[in-house]
Amino acid sequence: MSSQLLNPRWGYASISDKIADIVLHRPVHWIWALGFIVSGAFSAMFFGLMGYLFLKGVGVWGVNIPVAWGFAIGNFVWWIGIGHAGTFISAFLLLLRQKWRNSINRFAEAMTLFAAGIAGIWPILHLGRPWFAYWLLPYPDIMKLWPQWRSPLVWDIFAISTYLLVSLLFWYMGLIPDLATLRDRASSRTKQVVYGLFALGWRGEARHWKRFEIAYLLVAGLAAPLVISVHSVVSLDFAIGNTPGYHSTIFPPYFVAGALFSGFAMVLVLAIPMRKFFGLEDFITMHHLDNAAKIMLATELILAYGYLAEIFTGFYSGDKYEIAITVNRFVGPYAPVYWTLFALNIFIPQLLWFRRIRRSLPALFILGILINIGMWMERFMIVVSSLNRDFLPSSWGLFIPTWVDWSMLAGSIGFFVFLFLLFIRALPAISIFEMREIAAEERQ
Amino acid sequence: MSAPYGLMAEFASADALLAAARRAREAGYARTEAYSPFPIEGMAEAIGFEKTRVPLATLVAGIAGGVGGFFLQWYTAVIDYPENIGGRPLNSWPEFIPVTFETTVLFAAFAAAIAMLAANGLPRLRHPVFEVREFDLATRNRFFLCIPARDPRFDAAPVRRFLEALEPMRVMEVPA
Repeated sequence: MSSQLLNPRWGYASISDKIADIVLHRPVHWIWALGFIVSGAFSAMFFGLMGYLFLKGVGVWGVNIPVAWGFAIGNFVWWIGIGHAGTFISAFLLLLRQKWRNSINRFAEAMTLFAAGIAGIWPILHLGRPWFAYWLLPYPDIMKLWPQWRSPLVWDIFAISTYLLVSLLFWYMGLIPDLATLRDRASSRTKQVVYGLFALGWRGEARHWKRFEIAYLLVAGLAAPLVISVHSVVSLDFAIGNTPGYHSTIFPPYFVAGALFSGFAMVLVLAIPMRKFFGLEDFITMHHLDNAAKIMLATELILAYGYLAEIFTGFYSGDKYEIAITVNRFVGPYAPVYWTLFALNIFIPQLLWFRRIRRSLPALFILGILINIGMWMERFMIVVSSLNRDFLPSSWGLFIPTWVDWSMLAGSIGFFVFLFLLFIRALPAISIFEMREIAAEERQ
Repeated sequence: MSAPYGLMAEFASADALLAAARRAREAGYARTEAYSPFPIEGMAEAIGFEKTRVPLATLVAGIAGGVGGFFLQWYTAVIDYPENIGGRPLNSWPEFIPVTFETTVLFAAFAAAIAMLAANGLPRLRHPVFEVREFDLATRNRFFLCIPARDPRFDAAPVRRFLEALEPMRVMEVPA
């Protein structure tokens, strides 16, 4: 088992040097530079369009009554879901003593932070008057108002901000010993000072390690229920309302499974090019990718159950509105989205049953991208298809995205890639001290 | 020259450091410090470190966060800003659970991290052990045992003999 995780020819020194030197000594490669420029241009477009949105108002999007929740909410749910895999890998797999997490937790946590941060932007953009976003926070204001604690939207801001802060804390804690490695290995004074400041003077004393391990485990134990709670709360934004198609108790587990599914797909999409480009095949092995693919398959089956339960309860309810929305998904204006997401999320991932597919890099990469597209469509379908036909035929209407909707979605993806590219060059993408632990076990 | 911070021995493997730490404890050195590039199973026990209050701090902060979060909602929704919505109860506690959960986790997680750093005396950017040039490898592949001068049984010459008997790669003096 463990020999699949690390080739025994790697020792403490070579592991440290290999991972640290990606950050400290590797010259900038033109592929990285090209990616940086392109994703930087997309990021600039993202922020430019935000300015346009603030100047003109939400009318530049395709949203209107009755579909007032368009891309912004769909993108929010999608991005926050992608983040889930990082916390799952770092917290759940740590508690379950799954050693294979040690080489993928760091960059997966970075992915979580960036995805959750981008997710958090969308509801604020969506507010219409984003400069009042702070009204969601409880503070003694001169209007003598307090947040409505019975509203899932208020739960949401607590859930998302707690998730972001705890993810950041967990990620930074894990980085402290590695920052010390970078500090001690850096040759330039600037790098020594910058990494040294963030390493907080870590020296690796036995008492420090003991407290570190206990605290790390405790934060993992706290982050584990947190990751389940975040997407559950997001799903309650829908499920608490009585709109047909939203008002369902299957939503929390179904959202969490979908989140992990899309998150692991994103882990593969990031890991496969990264390990190739930086020559990290010995650390992120086929065994790791195979395991991630198995988790994808498992969460995909839970998701499939969610889809089927939704259809079943729609008809079983006997409620004509619930039945109408279910039929509307099958044959209504958004039916192509519905069937495509079924194909991308349920049928095509069945290929993961085959070991040959789970061990093929191109297949996993393509599947990862397809699943992310499929999951985005699922979020879109949930948000839009219920709103476009509610109780009164007089208030039916279609949502048609505008060029601003599409460009902002593309811009947010570009911004995500931009942040990730910066991260790979500035911080160790694989946890060095946890890889040394694996090397130590190999020696015994 | 003032008294040194202590004497330090360098080892090549985790097992050697663990064995050395146990010998130091048997020899009666109570303040031994062991430095390693990754956590070593059993090392804390070997140098006689057992009690940490990080879990207690986490528990207390978690309870404070939970109680505080619930109180905030209860006070604002029942006392300070009661809203009569169709005669429904003001203290609708099941609806207060999500935010209570979030504040519990938030407080507990930050307490765990802050307590860990505080108990470790971090951040502390300058420390005598960093003055030893070889110590740069403590975050790479080398293992160090330090017997500090503040140890009640410290006496330079016997400590140096003791460390040399452990067959380290080298023994160094850590300047104060």
